[in-house]
Amino acid sequence: MPNALQISKLTKTYANNVQALSQVDLSVEQGDFFALLGSNGAGKTTMIGIICSLLNKTFGSVSVMGLDQATELNQVKRMIGLMPQEFNFNPFEPIEEILINQAGYYGIDRHQAKARAELLLKRIELWDKRTDMAKSLSGGMKRRLMLARALMHEPKILILDEPSAGVDVEIRRSMWDFLKELNNEGMTIILTTHYLEEAESLCRNIAILDKGQVIEQSSMKALLAKVSQQVLILESGKSLPNPLPMLSFSVERLDDHSMQVVLDKLSISNALETLGKEGIEIEHVRSAQNRLETLFLRLTSRED
Amino acid sequence: MWIAYKTIVVKEILRFSRIWVQTIFPPIITTSLYLLIFGGLMGERIGPMQGVDYLHFIIPGIILMTVIQNAYANTVSSFFLAKFNHSIEELLISPVSYWVILLGYVSGGVARGFSVGLGVFIAVSFFVDLSIYSIGIVLITFLLTAVLFSLAGFINAVFAQSFDDISIVPTFILMPMTYLGGMFYSIEILPEFWQMLSKFNPIYYMVDSFRMGFLGSSTTDFITSMMVLTSMIILLAVVAFYLLKRGVNIKT
Repeated sequence: MPNALQISKLTKTYANNVQALSQVDLSVEQGDFFALLGSNGAGKTTMIGIICSLLNKTFGSVSVMGLDQATELNQVKRMIGLMPQEFNFNPFEPIEEILINQAGYYGIDRHQAKARAELLLKRIELWDKRTDMAKSLSGGMKRRLMLARALMHEPKILILDEPSAGVDVEIRRSMWDFLKELNNEGMTIILTTHYLEEAESLCRNIAILDKGQVIEQSSMKALLAKVSQQVLILESGKSLPNPLPMLSFSVERLDDHSMQVVLDKLSISNALETLGKEGIEIEHVRSAQNRLETLFLRLTSRED
Repeated sequence: MWIAYKTIVVKEILRFSRIWVQTIFPPIITTSLYLLIFGGLMGERIGPMQGVDYLHFIIPGIILMTVIQNAYANTVSSFFLAKFNHSIEELLISPVSYWVILLGYVSGGVARGFSVGLGVFIAVSFFVDLSIYSIGIVLITFLLTAVLFSLAGFINAVFAQSFDDISIVPTFILMPMTYLGGMFYSIEILPEFWQMLSKFNPIYYMVDSFRMGFLGSSTTDFITSMMVLTSMIILLAVVAFYLLKRGVNIKT
């Protein structure tokens, strides 16, 4: 079975000589939920632009479901649905029309497109606004509209560039559920996000892009296993001693009732036992840092 | 491809229909004013031209002027706005061929030119007893003119980087060319040098043929006019297609 996406030596140099991508190799299996992480300017949007034919590549090859983009462009385009980072619809068009037109560009007749638009608009909770102009929607609604638009032609691969930007927590969760549902139905999903929690909870595989190069590609599980260090916030019902006693692990008093501990190899239960021996009873434990974030910062060398 | 083409055309027609107060209505008012002032009030003093009274003489030119302006305005504003709000990406990521995109936008321009031209014709019919010498000549000249200026508007939109850029060409090039193309006068009244110069203006051939369709008389050969228009359409279509395919100012 061919990979959903296969990128080889992809290079992009803009007219102003900025090299956005340099010899990038990347593969995404069919049915995967794949995260593409990178800080601003890492080359994520450029890569997506090339995959979706919005940008011209300088060098390299892209194949989708085994089809070479250079020779079978139209078939490749049919395989991909894109939800871009920036709003890219006509704000003066009713939202149902935006969806029906998009389907029309893929050769889907109006009758069929109308039925599909109804299904999707109901799923993303915008059916009541179907006749409204797109400009009247909130930022989160506009993102959902772009998600529905990307799905109008039933693509095999869905590419989401920062899908959760500007979307409130409740809608974000419901969007995640929808994306998981699509993935369970067999759709390959490639996601770029700044919300590392989003990548960690949704994606099975991951690539990290930095300065136009892939610096890490593996399964999410394997990547997270590299982070042995845990940073925890421990809260006590009683006042903590000041100063805190010297312990075998790093500890910092945050306020009268809470402290931050950094555990390298020691388990949480051992740490709690050690604290108990010092007369410190802990009532609540929470993570101070997203593990993926820790790793991301380490890999991209932005950790102080 | 047919569905994609139909989608673009319907989208374009809905776009200018939704804003009919800006697109359809003003040309009808402007034209009525032209007819009242130039045809009605001044026409009798000017006297007959090309064998007919002045009012009947200027009507074809005025209708064609609205067709030219509206066909051009439709593609230039629609395609530039699609670039400006990035909705052109909807088409670029889809499997629609560049020819279909171009044809769709040009058809939108032709549709607006036709709507406004027909609106003006109907409005004029209330005031003037109009007769048509050859409906075939009128329609073919209308179609070629609308296609030509839709293509020109499209090319303008490709190069335009700001809203100023989409008004410079209509104001400083299109308007003078229209006015100097024999819309208000027959080039026969000009000195020989200016007559010769007028023949380098493509709008002269359009106005002359269109007038022939209404009045049955012209100052140049109809076949020559059609050849000039067709050659220009082919030239502009090739240029527009090349620009679109290369992604000039659309793809980097």
